[in-house]
Amino acid sequence: MDLSSFNACQLLDALESQQLSAEDCVRFFLKQIANQNATLNAFYTVVEESAMASAKSVDQRRKKGLPVGPLAGLPIAVKDGICTHNVRTTAGSPMLENYVPFYNATVVERLWEADAILIGKTSMDEFGMGSSTENPHFGGTLNPWDHQRVPGGSSGGSAAAIAAGMAPIALGSDTGGSIRQPAAFCGITGLKPTYGRVSRYGLIAYASSLEQIGPMAKTVEDTALLLSSCAGHDPRDSTSATEPSEDYRAGINRPIEGFRIGVCRDHLENGLSVEITSALKQAIDIFESAGAQIVDIELPNSSNAVAAYYVIAPCEASANLSRYDGVRYTERAPTDNLDQMYSKTRADFFGDEVQRRILLGTFALSSGYYDQYYLQASKVRRLIQQDFETAFNGVDLILGPTTPTTAFKINQCRQDPLSMYLADVYTVSANLAGLPALSLNCGFDPSGLPIGMQLQGPRFKESSLLRAGHLFQSQTDFHNRRPA
Amino acid sequence: MSVKATIIVGLEVHVQLATETKLFCGCATAFGASPNTQTCPVCIGAPGALPVLNRKALKLAIKTGLALNCEIEPNTHWDRKNYFYPDLPKGYQISQFDRPICRKGYLDLIDPQSVSSGRRVNIERAHLEEDAGKSSHDETMQGGPTKIDFNRAGTPLLEIVTQPDLRSGHEAKTFLNELKLILSSLKVSDCNMQEGSLRVDANVNLSLATQEGNQATPIVEIKNLNSFRSVERAIEFEAERQLQQWNKDGMTIDQAPKQTRGWDDSKGHTVLQRIKEDSADYRYFPDPDLVVIRTTQADIESIQAEIKSLPAERRQILMSRYLLPAYDADVLVNQGDTFVDFFETVADQVKDGKLVSNWLQQELLRHLNATQTDIQACPVNANQFVDFLTHIQTNQLDSSRAKDVFEQMMSDSVSVEQAMKSLGIENLDSEELTAICQRVLDENPEIIAQILKGNTKAIGNLIGKTKSLNKNVSPSQAREQILKMLPKH
Repeated sequence: MDLSSFNACQLLDALESQQLSAEDCVRFFLKQIANQNATLNAFYTVVEESAMASAKSVDQRRKKGLPVGPLAGLPIAVKDGICTHNVRTTAGSPMLENYVPFYNATVVERLWEADAILIGKTSMDEFGMGSSTENPHFGGTLNPWDHQRVPGGSSGGSAAAIAAGMAPIALGSDTGGSIRQPAAFCGITGLKPTYGRVSRYGLIAYASSLEQIGPMAKTVEDTALLLSSCAGHDPRDSTSATEPSEDYRAGINRPIEGFRIGVCRDHLENGLSVEITSALKQAIDIFESAGAQIVDIELPNSSNAVAAYYVIAPCEASANLSRYDGVRYTERAPTDNLDQMYSKTRADFFGDEVQRRILLGTFALSSGYYDQYYLQASKVRRLIQQDFETAFNGVDLILGPTTPTTAFKINQCRQDPLSMYLADVYTVSANLAGLPALSLNCGFDPSGLPIGMQLQGPRFKESSLLRAGHLFQSQTDFHNRRPA
Repeated sequence: MSVKATIIVGLEVHVQLATETKLFCGCATAFGASPNTQTCPVCIGAPGALPVLNRKALKLAIKTGLALNCEIEPNTHWDRKNYFYPDLPKGYQISQFDRPICRKGYLDLIDPQSVSSGRRVNIERAHLEEDAGKSSHDETMQGGPTKIDFNRAGTPLLEIVTQPDLRSGHEAKTFLNELKLILSSLKVSDCNMQEGSLRVDANVNLSLATQEGNQATPIVEIKNLNSFRSVERAIEFEAERQLQQWNKDGMTIDQAPKQTRGWDDSKGHTVLQRIKEDSADYRYFPDPDLVVIRTTQADIESIQAEIKSLPAERRQILMSRYLLPAYDADVLVNQGDTFVDFFETVADQVKDGKLVSNWLQQELLRHLNATQTDIQACPVNANQFVDFLTHIQTNQLDSSRAKDVFEQMMSDSVSVEQAMKSLGIENLDSEELTAICQRVLDENPEIIAQILKGNTKAIGNLIGKTKSLNKNVSPSQAREQILKMLPKH
């Protein structure tokens, strides 16, 4: 049976009704990885043995009528920036090339309790710093729709794995668009939850105040399924929200009649290719005919979002990455004094982009510069938050593009970091404001590359985004198309 | 050229708070465990691990702040202090920069025998932070590896910073004694300097009144201060050294950089460790992994309610209610709360504070010091001590034998009656006393003659003789009896 066209909910139905055994299911996806990963490089580590053993355990329990978790037997891929006990976790960095965590991230623990089956760790930009997964150390990941193009990043491995049918569902993390942009580039669905909705405990930190772990899958319903298992308060993460989480899949079919959908005309008409604009306009029509009301909104400070993001994120990164000092985690550059050991180890084992952001952040936090960079960026961040608060007084969600372009070519942006940063122009605001945001496929450009639509909502209103996204997918079939 | 030099001292005191677990994780803080056995992903800074505040530490910090008359910050937060050091696991320390939990307090010096008494030392701030690990370098200096123990990493510290209000080594020592007394009384720290629970750095310079006006010498930070006595000596040494240096080169605070010097206790001098050309840039910024801590007035009031009498108040009570001189009150209070509790329990029943104070200071303390025990482990409890003093007050025990009896009670942990019995002390009945006195009078007509001639002091001679006949004779009773029995003129 070709399971690659199954979405996660369908697989789960087959597993629950015992038409499909967990062993067969896991074996199928491991085989998919074996066939394609040499080309696509979406996985850094595949855990065949433990995956098969877990699958066996699920099957045995199910046969005996013993209780199993809500995701029992469902194979899952996890971004390599999320700690997995006894499974190598590199965060895409030479610094952690051989790092094997001795604890599980909270989300991984929750997936384990839900009886989901970890099949491997997916590729990423180093420490999440990038939008292309062209990782120079571990090798770039290819976009399954076009092998000349990048899958996006930084969760490029998770997105490519789903698009290519190597995994039905995956976890990514999103600091400035790292779930949504690769989801858009690879034609899948990705959700960045509200800041605090999913525990960050065990997510290798890049920019702590911005990032969230979130689900990536073929369909909106699949992301709702996975979010339900991951969300909820975690006493080990002080920034984790105490608001109760929900069964996000349960309410997904509720109609969206009366929804007020905000559209920022400026985002829709300027700086986008014609194809993206027209795909989004068609999407708007679909929502309107489903009973939603389209409302024009303004987000006046959004033009400063990228600038604020590229101050705040590097500042936090400069401290978060200080622990990789050569004393632990990696080989130590041989030198005869401590300061040289630090600088040489960090020069040798961090990639260029990581070093660039550490330097930026270190500079911006320095005495005499703090006020004009970090403090100023924090003020802009508050203004952006206020823009959204104002907008959400009048609308339930905001519709717009996920990215200004479809997937770009390998090497196209590598020599020009600034053009890469601008790929985040529509996504960073949700991180700065801590809002939930969903990206889903809403069409294809003339070269057959997927186009992403982004829905952003008020804090903790994931359910609104999921309902709207699900409605869109129930009336379209973009999400069912697969690369040739 | 003669100048008047004033010593200017400010202290930074790191207090390890007495929590069971670390500041941001659940690891134990017990001292002396095998290296790296009290660690977890959080306190070794494992990638992905996150800190969660130990509320007990915050409470102890607030309690200390209130005892030091500080304002408590209603919205405090955490900052990252960035620097590289091998025993600093995250490459930054979680500390507090611009909103410390406690600010603007003071502590009044109490030192009845010094002019410093009553001087106010302002507390600039007291903030919470996590400790680093401990590096052990190759002692042989052969270039062997440095070992790191992370057991200490993440232990809660309260850093208390005074304004430069202290004017001598002695004042610094007095301040530290009082601070330690308060911390112990609050039970916020065990204050063990040997185990590093209390660490002191002193910033010292001189203000010089010269003919050209006031000048100041460069500030020196003294480290490696392992006792309050070292703090005192180091400051006095440093004042002298700075004066000599200034006489030599005339360099002032604006002309020479700040220095860090280490105190060598055995040699009795400070040694240059580091010259701070410019202040280190720690690039503080708010820690995004932790949330703002709100402390309400109700929180503060409930913590305030847990603070019992502080040392200064207890001294006042000893002076007003028990009528002790300031010196006695100071000595007793300096022994700590349990000692004062003991005093008060006994004095409430004996109704003679000074008598109790004398016995506690002279005999009890001497015995406790000699046997290296503290009042908690005192072999004689308060009731037994009351009983003992009552025996003296009612003449059941003669004061000439009282020290022996007390010593016996302490060494055998027995009651006053048992001690007297084992020493063979019993009260003579009046018949026995009369018989002894009669015998002495009969045997010493020449002394009687002297007394009758007016040499009344000679009666002491007779009393001595009664005592050598029977050591249980009470001198005062014997005197009374002999006077009665002397032939009348």
